[in-house]
Amino acid sequence: MPTIPPSPYKSRPVYTGLSWVAGARRHLIAAEGEGALAALDLLAAADADIKSRTTLLYTPGGSKPQGHGAKLAALLPGEAHEFPSIETLLFRLNVELTRANMSTRLYTTGTEGFLGRVVALAQSHGINPMSVVTEHRGSLARRVQCVHCKGFIEGVTTSIVPCSHCGISLFVRDHYSRRLGAFQGVIVDAEVPGDVPAAEEAYP
Amino acid sequence: MSLAFRDETFRDDFTFYNSPAAIRRFPFPFDRDEYMYSVNIEPHVKGPVGSVVEFPIDIDEHYVAEMKERALVLQQDPLRCQSLPHMITAEWDLVELLMTSMAESYPQWFSLTRDGDRWHWINRPLEIDQKFTFGDVATLPYPPMEYITRQCQGDFSLLDQREDNLWMDAGIATTQADWSLDFDIGMNFMEWHAPVPFAHQMGVFERALKYLLNLQLGRPVRRLNWTMTINPRLDTSPEQYPHWGKDRTQVTPENAGQKVHLRVELQGLWRLPRSNAIVFSIRGYLASLQELSTSPKWARRLSRILKSLPDEIADYKGLTRHRPLSIAWLSRFEDGSPTTPGCGPD
Amino acid sequence: MIHAHDIRVRVTAIEDVAARTKRFRFEPVDGGSPPLFAGGAHITVALGDDDGAIRNPYTLSGSPQDRGGYEITVLRTTDSRGGSAFLHEQVRVGQELSISAPINLFPINFLARRHLLIAGGIGITPFLSMTEQLADLGQNFELHYAMTCSGAAPYEAQLRSRLGRRFHRYCSDRGERIDLETLLAGQPLGTHLYVCGPERLIDATIAMATSLGWPSENIHFERFAGPPPGDPFTVRLAKSGQTVTVGQHQTLLEALERAGVEPPSLCRGGACGQCELPVLSAEGELLHYDHFLSEEARAAGHSIMTCVSRLKGRELVLDF
Repeated sequence: MPTIPPSPYKSRPVYTGLSWVAGARRHLIAAEGEGALAALDLLAAADADIKSRTTLLYTPGGSKPQGHGAKLAALLPGEAHEFPSIETLLFRLNVELTRANMSTRLYTTGTEGFLGRVVALAQSHGINPMSVVTEHRGSLARRVQCVHCKGFIEGVTTSIVPCSHCGISLFVRDHYSRRLGAFQGVIVDAEVPGDVPAAEEAYP
Repeated sequence: MSLAFRDETFRDDFTFYNSPAAIRRFPFPFDRDEYMYSVNIEPHVKGPVGSVVEFPIDIDEHYVAEMKERALVLQQDPLRCQSLPHMITAEWDLVELLMTSMAESYPQWFSLTRDGDRWHWINRPLEIDQKFTFGDVATLPYPPMEYITRQCQGDFSLLDQREDNLWMDAGIATTQADWSLDFDIGMNFMEWHAPVPFAHQMGVFERALKYLLNLQLGRPVRRLNWTMTINPRLDTSPEQYPHWGKDRTQVTPENAGQKVHLRVELQGLWRLPRSNAIVFSIRGYLASLQELSTSPKWARRLSRILKSLPDEIADYKGLTRHRPLSIAWLSRFEDGSPTTPGCGPD
Repeated sequence: MIHAHDIRVRVTAIEDVAARTKRFRFEPVDGGSPPLFAGGAHITVALGDDDGAIRNPYTLSGSPQDRGGYEITVLRTTDSRGGSAFLHEQVRVGQELSISAPINLFPINFLARRHLLIAGGIGITPFLSMTEQLADLGQNFELHYAMTCSGAAPYEAQLRSRLGRRFHRYCSDRGERIDLETLLAGQPLGTHLYVCGPERLIDATIAMATSLGWPSENIHFERFAGPPPGDPFTVRLAKSGQTVTVGQHQTLLEALERAGVEPPSLCRGGACGQCELPVLSAEGELLHYDHFLSEEARAAGHSIMTCVSRLKGRELVLDF
């Protein structure tokens, strides 16, 4: 399983791993893809009381064939909800957060792009991003924003990527915005147009 | 004071230049011949008459033209001026700081009359006469930060203080040295400095942050930072990099004197009273190598600085491609003689 | 000890606001307006005979809109340093004092969706200005105030009329307690908690919030812990070679200031970290009373917060 190496860049979020926040009256888990494995580990460490206070939202993404959803449903009967896409999961999470209070804690696990979107949604409900419990699982693919046209490019695995909106060749900088949930993409051939180095598979 | 505001441009035909007086007061940032990274924070107190730090906010001969340039940038890209909703109190604090300072330092150009919350602001160079209610956004034609910074030279950011950190939650950046406000807004002090090489390892930002968290009301501080820009272009934003990147390849040994500009940022930091936020001002000054070389001391010292600059810093500042050409152009002033102490000209 | 940036003020009013509690009004001697301040700010006041042998921090309890002067509200305590005794018994209307510019180490968090303010006794002072600013900004907030009702609690009537249903009073002398569990468990997302008052109340509130899963980012508090007295000791400054004696009721910082040294300082409550000085050697035990240094840093003993901490022993050598 690929893991994110420690970054020398300080704008990169640190994903410390899932563990229960003792005392919270309600636990909300948002998991994507291989994040199901982190959620399963977390639930394995929970007693009946914690499980009775937990709601899990899951979208399998590329991990559908592994059937993690059934295992999660077995551990949390009635409170493990599966969604066909990240968008539909976020729509439900938005509703759950509207009803939540200060004794609710949010946990999220999956690819970095997913974590970024969950944290951004949490922030829009007044949750401090630092208080969301996060664990990265799955692909290292990055969500990138083109600094020129402001378009977002999902699932970027290479060091250089053409912007899917304006077509400019972008170098993916190790500079991350929590607000946008994305890395910064900057034109690679501004000084000598057409001088685009070969893209490397940097974030598999 | 008879200062003529020039009609000049910072793009396309680049008619910008400095008068001899403006060159003499240029904030040349190097006090020795060898490059050394330093945080160099000092109290922002009144400096010598005529210098860029004579007053808290410096207004110079480029004022009107710079404000026109800012309006052009904002018209093309409104994302250069943004403020998260919780920063409105800090925005009003900034209005007060800038209006009171400008009116006090330059009564011939600006005036502020206050009757409780009813304020009357006059900006003669820009022909603005505005009555408004302090604290009521509906009484100004723009949001408060945008309103006043469309009338004040320099970029500004407003830093909210919480969780023992500073958060860049509002700002205007139309004259920036290659950083994106739209991308960096909402980041904390460590995060927005992430791309700066070396300094993190040296613990520079930890120390600077701790110092700034305790910044006191009425005791602002300042520091100088620098880079180099090809052509007198104020808007060297990452957003516009596809447009200005090519400039860096057009420097030749013949034109370096006119094309290559030293860009010095006078950065000021003030604690704001109502919001407890900090305003971080970044006021840029441009001077071509040719203008700087009217003081041979500056030419000799700049060439020695460029020679001793570590490659990583040169790369970060975007100088790699044209550094040798700048050094070559400046070499005509390099007679090996020593330079006098201090930053000032000959 | 007067500092270069001090503001010279005249005491223009002294009033009793409750049992053993007086309000003092200060107006600048030069007749101008003192600097603006925000809810939660404090000043330090130079006190004692001989023009300020000690400097104490006091929260500004007046209105941020009042442009004519500052007010502080002081409970007469039995603290051995004599700061509150000096104010209550020695200071008279017309007298001049030196104060610092406002410092805010208990600011409003403007990201909050809602502000929950909990005060005990004299810990109400920062909330007087905070509630005024919050109301002015149209913010969602509630104040819960635990006090002794028999002795006319400071500012109760003013707060009740100004805040209406947002004001909740608990008479501790009648056995009324803030039901922290119910109060904290039900707060909507985005609520920030601010607590100020006796150590007991602060500790209980933080403990309850934490046990309910509140993130630490949403919990703010201000402790009114005066620097504790201790045995006298000697401090030697390695750079100047100067030797200074710290008296029983004096802080290390005050002793240095009395000796003409002006080391860095800000909050004078062991919170902000500004006064940290490096320790070269300590003949005795360092008594760390601050809230700034980590457990590891205390154990290492390489630095000391001069505003509250001291030495139990003979001589301390500082790299200053």
